[in-house]
Amino acid sequence: MNFHQMTMVQLAEQLRNKSVSSVELTQYFLDRMAQFDGQINSYITQTPDLALAQAAVADARRAAGEDGLLLGMPLAHKDIFCTKDVITTCASKMLANFKAPYNATVVEKLNAAGMVTLGKVNMDEFAMGSTTENSAFGVTRNPWSLDAVPGGSSGGSAAALAAGLAPVATGTDTGGSIRQPAAFCGVTGIKPTYGSVSRYGMIAYASSLDQGGPMAKTAEDCAHLLSAMAGFDERDSTCAEGARPDYVAGLNDSVKGLRIGLPKEYFGEGLSAEVKAATMAVAAELEKQGAVLVEVSLPNTSAAMPAYYVIAPAEASSNLSRYDGVRFGHRCDNPKDLKDMYTRSRSEGFGAEVKRRIMVGAYVLSAGYYDAYYLKAQRVRRLIKQDFVNAFDQCDVILGPVAPTPAWKLGEKTADPTAMYLADIYTIPVNLAGLPAIALPAGFSGGLPVGVQLIGNYFSEPKLLNVAHQYQQATQHHIQMPAAFA
Amino acid sequence: MTWETVIGLEVHAQLATNTKIFSAASTAFGAMPNTQACLVDLGMPGVLPVLNKGVVDMAIRFGLAVGATVAEKSVFARKNYFYPDLPKGYQISQFELPVVLGGQITIEVDGKKKVINLTRAHLEEDAGKSLHEDFEGYSGIDLNRAGTPLLEIVSEPDLRSPAEAVAYAKKLHELVQYLGICDGNMQEGSFRVDANVSVHRPGAPFGTRAEIKNVNSFKFLERAIMFEVERQIDVIEAGGQVVQETRLYDAAKDETRSMRSKEEAMDYRYFPCPDLLPLIITPAMIEAVKADMPELPDAKRARFMSQYGLNDYDAMVLTNSREIADYYEAVVAATGGKDAKIAANWVMGELNARLNNDNLSISESPVDAQRMAGLIARILDQTISGKIAKDVFDAMWTSQDSADAIIESKGLKQITDPVAIAAMVRGVIDQFPEQLAQYKGGRDKLFGFFVGEVMKATKGKANPGQVNQILKDELAK
Repeated sequence: MNFHQMTMVQLAEQLRNKSVSSVELTQYFLDRMAQFDGQINSYITQTPDLALAQAAVADARRAAGEDGLLLGMPLAHKDIFCTKDVITTCASKMLANFKAPYNATVVEKLNAAGMVTLGKVNMDEFAMGSTTENSAFGVTRNPWSLDAVPGGSSGGSAAALAAGLAPVATGTDTGGSIRQPAAFCGVTGIKPTYGSVSRYGMIAYASSLDQGGPMAKTAEDCAHLLSAMAGFDERDSTCAEGARPDYVAGLNDSVKGLRIGLPKEYFGEGLSAEVKAATMAVAAELEKQGAVLVEVSLPNTSAAMPAYYVIAPAEASSNLSRYDGVRFGHRCDNPKDLKDMYTRSRSEGFGAEVKRRIMVGAYVLSAGYYDAYYLKAQRVRRLIKQDFVNAFDQCDVILGPVAPTPAWKLGEKTADPTAMYLADIYTIPVNLAGLPAIALPAGFSGGLPVGVQLIGNYFSEPKLLNVAHQYQQATQHHIQMPAAFA
Repeated sequence: MTWETVIGLEVHAQLATNTKIFSAASTAFGAMPNTQACLVDLGMPGVLPVLNKGVVDMAIRFGLAVGATVAEKSVFARKNYFYPDLPKGYQISQFELPVVLGGQITIEVDGKKKVINLTRAHLEEDAGKSLHEDFEGYSGIDLNRAGTPLLEIVSEPDLRSPAEAVAYAKKLHELVQYLGICDGNMQEGSFRVDANVSVHRPGAPFGTRAEIKNVNSFKFLERAIMFEVERQIDVIEAGGQVVQETRLYDAAKDETRSMRSKEEAMDYRYFPCPDLLPLIITPAMIEAVKADMPELPDAKRARFMSQYGLNDYDAMVLTNSREIADYYEAVVAATGGKDAKIAANWVMGELNARLNNDNLSISESPVDAQRMAGLIARILDQTISGKIAKDVFDAMWTSQDSADAIIESKGLKQITDPVAIAAMVRGVIDQFPEQLAQYKGGRDKLFGFFVGEVMKATKGKANPGQVNQILKDELAK
């Protein structure tokens, strides 16, 4: 059986009807990881012993009569989620030796559902980046073209899915880090409404923007995984109280009458013709199914990128202060004194992009600059939120590209951070506003996947998943696999 | 020309919660190092702070007590700096929007009352402790204290002398204990005072201030300010300028020393903490705290004067601490509210002296309020005299017996039968014919001699008032 070609829902059926046990399914993926991961380097840490032990427990639970769609299902965790007694690096040399003493809430919940941890997947260091090139553990390659980037920061998650090295994965999205790699690798991923998924145990990059979410082959798989990940957590003060909506129940609803907004600012200069065409083709398909297309405007879109690169580094500069060599993580050899220990531990432990953002962040928060940068960026943030509020008066969901182009070549943009930052202009506004958005495959350009995103109002994940599912019911893009890994 | 001193105080009061401000770890003092620091206190990757709701009630309670504005919305902010005992590399505090704004404390120095304005009070977490002595070439870090809740109370620069500063600090110290929000233990660092001190010529603008840290008693507060004022005056009179800096008080040398100057002052890069929502305090929350407010010292003092007929001084002494006031009121209640002045004298006098002598707090008193009331009842019904009562009290101090049991077993019951007293008085007069003659001859002073002899004859048990009256009558015969 080619289990790696199946969706999670299909695999769950295999487990349910006892065609395969969790131990067998887990071993299948472990074997593929051993065979293929050398080509793409999607895993930082593989955990075969843990996986097989969890799988055996899952099989025992099923034998005892328990049922559950996620019971015994293997998955990969982005290495930003703390996993008890497993090295949790955040792709940083700083945490290369950090064995987490506890499980993140997301990990705890998925463990409880009976899921099996195959390992920890690669990412940009501390989730800072769009290519997974900023990892202390080597770049991850795009399975569709090994000299292309997989996107980032959840590039390991997306690449592992595309190569069939995990059925589903967790990711996090601070400025597009779930959606952009999903688009670059031809998989589906949803960034939930800020506060839907607990951030406890998810190593912080920019706390007011970070949000965990599921990545999978299909929207339907994402709906099931998100159901297990989301929920109130008293350990996260920014986690929304109350019950989460049912992400699965409305998947098969018709999109008839749905108003789809196309923001004109998302189709302007800089957008490649192929991506534009793919996005319009998605619009046409949904229109065919009965949706109504309306043009909307998000006038402050161009201000989102600069605002993001003030707010996110500001929070990061503070969040990353705890990596000081005192209690855990990297400490330099033979420090002369305290200052030397701080300086060298941090200089050695952090990579270039992380240092760049810490410096930018410390600068924009410093006395005399705070008002001009940080406060102004917060005002821009409110304007961007208001843009979306206004747009949702005229439409139910917004459709647009995820990134201006498909995946670029490894090393192509590393010398020019600003050009790299500009590639996130369509994803960043969503994080600033705290809205949910789903990225889904929409075709190919030059052999590389192209993705689109649907943006919804707060807590409208069921609607986004429903629309994406309806699109995927009518199309085949999401079930394509790169030939080398098929 | 004279100099005027300007002082403002910043007080860190440790809030009396069982657990820390952002984690569930215990705040108990004195545990083995690093045994009361959980993942959150250690600043582990991925952990998040969750506000202990108990500290909010305490902040509201303080705000109400000083007549301040309790902010409808306040914001936790990060104060960023690196230090090994600061696990996250930032302290969660409040900056632009504190929980308590304004307020006043009335102090009294040399019989003169003065209102001291408060700037603000805000919630924050404490850092851990660095131990520099015990490890050769290293510093030890104890994070038990990290995350302990603090209320930082900042006064306006309204204080004009070391005496006023001490009076203010003591008043605040008394208040936070009254409110039950701080145990006030200065030795354990539960109540810490920093002083901003400057001097200037009257009429001239305020001088440059220095901040004095590390003052852990009222005595040291007074001495530190006195030293600093002298130092600043010396600097200026020698033609120099006071620099804005932080100075450490060294109690052993009785001096302040420069710790860091303004040029080295840190930029803390404050910004709102994105891990915590703004703190919203509703009118309902304030009402709930109001309903549960203990009576405050000034109000209690006024009530003691009106309800118990005490003078200002007695009322002040008895309301100095909530425990003493409660003890006193329990004694008065148990004696049926009769003659509250005698109860006041006993609590402030004998009881207080014995407590001081044995170095005990009132809650540790061997004689509780009920037994004390039993003793006072016997004074009031004239079973014993005040003098005998002191002997009974001594016996009570070292036993569990009631006053009645001791009076009974020692036969200390007062003689109040006028016939019996008259008989004894006549016996004494008969015994001293010479003194009688002299008395009759005009030596009035001998009256005291006869009283003494009567008391001696009755082993002090005769009612002194009656003895006086009967003796006067008999001598006149």
